[in-house]
Amino acid sequence: MASVMTEADLRARISAFLAEHDPAAAAGGGDADRLAFLRARFDAGLAWVHFPAGLGGLGAGRSLQPVADDAFAEAGAPDNRPGRIGIGLGMAAPTILVHGTDAQRSRFLRPLWTGEEVWCQLFSEPGAGSDLAGLGTRARRDGDDWVLDGQKVWTSMAHVARWAILLARTDPDVPKHAGLSYFVLDMTAPGVEVRPLRQLTGEAEFNEVYLTGARIPDAHRLGDVGDGWKVAQTTLMNERVSIGGGAMPREGGMIGVLAAAWRDNPGVRTPGMHDTVMRLWVRAEAARLTGLRVRQQLAAGAPGPDGSAVKLSFATLSQQISAAELDLLGDEGLRRDSWAMGRPEEVDFTGRDAGYRYLRAKGNSIEGGTSEVLRNIIAERVLGLPAEPRVDTRVAWKDLPR
Amino acid sequence: MSDLVLVSSADEQDLRSGVRDMLAAECTGQSVLAFVSSGADAYDAKLWRTVATGMGLAALLVPEAQGGAGAQYRAAAVVAEELGRAVAPVPFLSSAVVATTALGSSASHELLGRLASGELTASLAVPYGLWSAPPLLSAQYGAVTGSVRGVADALGADVLLVPADDGLYAVESAAARRTRIPSLDETRPLCDLELSEAPARLVAPLAAVPRALRVAAVMVAAEQVGVASWCLDTTVAYLKERYQFGRPVGSFQALKHRLADLWVELTQARAVVAYAVADLAAGGDDASVAASLAKIVGSEVAVRAAEECVQMHGGIGFTWEHPAHLYLKRAKATSVAYGSPDRHRARLATLVDLPLEAS
Ligand SMILES: Cc1cc2nc3c(=O)[nH]c(=O)nc-3n(C[C@H](O)[C@H](O)[C@H](O)COP(=O)(O)OP(=O)(O)OC[C@H]3O[C@@H](n4cnc5c(N)ncnc54)[C@H](O)[C@@H]3O)c2cc1C
Repeated sequence: MASVMTEADLRARISAFLAEHDPAAAAGGGDADRLAFLRARFDAGLAWVHFPAGLGGLGAGRSLQPVADDAFAEAGAPDNRPGRIGIGLGMAAPTILVHGTDAQRSRFLRPLWTGEEVWCQLFSEPGAGSDLAGLGTRARRDGDDWVLDGQKVWTSMAHVARWAILLARTDPDVPKHAGLSYFVLDMTAPGVEVRPLRQLTGEAEFNEVYLTGARIPDAHRLGDVGDGWKVAQTTLMNERVSIGGGAMPREGGMIGVLAAAWRDNPGVRTPGMHDTVMRLWVRAEAARLTGLRVRQQLAAGAPGPDGSAVKLSFATLSQQISAAELDLLGDEGLRRDSWAMGRPEEVDFTGRDAGYRYLRAKGNSIEGGTSEVLRNIIAERVLGLPAEPRVDTRVAWKDLPR
Repeated sequence: MSDLVLVSSADEQDLRSGVRDMLAAECTGQSVLAFVSSGADAYDAKLWRTVATGMGLAALLVPEAQGGAGAQYRAAAVVAEELGRAVAPVPFLSSAVVATTALGSSASHELLGRLASGELTASLAVPYGLWSAPPLLSAQYGAVTGSVRGVADALGADVLLVPADDGLYAVESAAARRTRIPSLDETRPLCDLELSEAPARLVAPLAAVPRALRVAAVMVAAEQVGVASWCLDTTVAYLKERYQFGRPVGSFQALKHRLADLWVELTQARAVVAYAVADLAAGGDDASVAASLAKIVGSEVAVRAAEECVQMHGGIGFTWEHPAHLYLKRAKATSVAYGSPDRHRARLATLVDLPLEAS
């Protein structure tokens, strides 16, 4: 089926859909109108066109997705506010698609895509970040349920999330990678407590999440018991392409902000800063074209370690560019809008002021796998260099040094 | 200039440990965090009393005739470094170094005595990032009018030293409208000033300003060495105790090598700052080159150390509750202060005859 759908076919379907559903009326109407439009778009298979029919897609090639997104944007249709639901779109959805049962796919994907239900990612713990497989949150079987006890941390958007993808330890007596299982947690369930965690930007985008006896029905397990690590790989590979891997025009993203600062402030230009700006402009354009190329490769299959390269250069560049912007602006760059502790519902790396951008970019090389971990992945999985001798993969999890 | 002493004397070492011990008790990461989180005060008044009055450190650069210690640049640099190591929210740099230096080259003044005792603080009313000629306000009939953006520590200062048409004027800060700006580095908050016919008296020639900025560049570089050394020490300690993959993360060469490089860079920054300070203390034969060099190298090491500190702490380094961000913000803001590395490289190019233009 994937080979059948052409760009012309897709455009024809979109035109037919737009003739039946007035995009402008939906965009200008209330929440209910917007939602009805988004649901209809999903049901017509025009949400993520590479997903199977019946699940918001048409089984088309991934490369056709921008055609659909652009056509809807040009028609002035309401979108699903992707900035608000990045974890759902970028991580939960591809994982549910690959590893979910039919019942799970049809229950979760539609409200995920329309934005009715926000998702968060309960992976990291105080003792397990880079070494995610070392995590200790316990899931114990109790009848048809699993009972969860433990603490998660750095959970972005947990304060607005309805569902979470969650990795927990179901067997502490086997080596760490083998004792994990993957679940979908209802964030409104008893025993789930979300506490804000303030960041160096002053905001609290992320949270601590305490699980005390929270119950998950076995029907909300993704993949087999003990297969959690395998399922998590799908999430992590997709996470890396979803951070910084999006399509954008030349001078999209952080480099556009720096370029505008240069153009708008002739008074602060110096030869030294000019050199810096031009070097970064070239790196940013190289990274943008690499992203384009990787997405075309991806159109043919699932994300691989190439995604790590995209995310790594995104993090490095956003830090260098935002630092250069502060350097360029000098005194004016030291002025912030506010330090008030907000609870944002959307993360915007290029928003607010130069100080915010500089500080927020520091998270880019930590969230979604640190830059050091990504370099290890490239060195070992792409280049095939030998791994560090491991002391932690054959011992039962419960006997590991911490 | 090769006979300048670049290592600390025993007295300087005693001073260093005295200040460090005091700060360990009175200025912890948690207390600075509480100060910044409340956002209420311009500086930590209690700590400043200890520094200025208790330990007499506001007097280091005040001439002896005005009750000071008389141009103790080496001691002042030790204090600046230790205060930087603690990101202490006190106006030592702005008042005891910059404003005092601006006044100190002028004739005797009762103001200096009161700054020396810590009874008053003063702030030079120029943008924090200033590296060249100051913007001048207008002075007429003993009053000044105009505005200045982004002045460091002016919020809590009693006296403002305002560069105007024909000289540097002292203005009671109450006579100025001061608007606090949410600042990248809230341990040294900025404010905007507006003066409308504020009563003023001439206290120094305008030539005092560039000299004060030169001393500022050197002393802020000393502070940056302190910032960098806290970041390095704290990161090393953390990487020894943080386990991932069944071993301390400090055992991974990817991190070890970067910290080794950082240590090398820091030893160089110490040398460059020691040279600039020694040159100042000896009368300043090479003052302009030394100050630019110190400001460039100090800024680079502080920013890099603070960025590495955040990165190597992982998620915890990105939180508000960990003090790493206080150092990151101080490092980045001070790299702009008194001229960014880019500005100082351009100045240095002229000083050492490496022009940009084709001849
Ligand atoms: C803004 C932000 C949002 C986040 N959102 C989420 C979220 O929604 N859900 C979630 O589950 N998690 C989230 N995280 C957590 C993130 O995934 C972890 O912080 C990250 O994986 C690092 O783990 P850690 O903090 O424990 O650091 P550690 O793993 O302790 O790392 C400390 C340092 O050691 C380095 N290091 C570790 N191992 C190696 C190695 N083998 N070789 C070389 N260097 C190494 C690291 O790179 C780092 O510099 C978020 C983090 C941030 C900053």
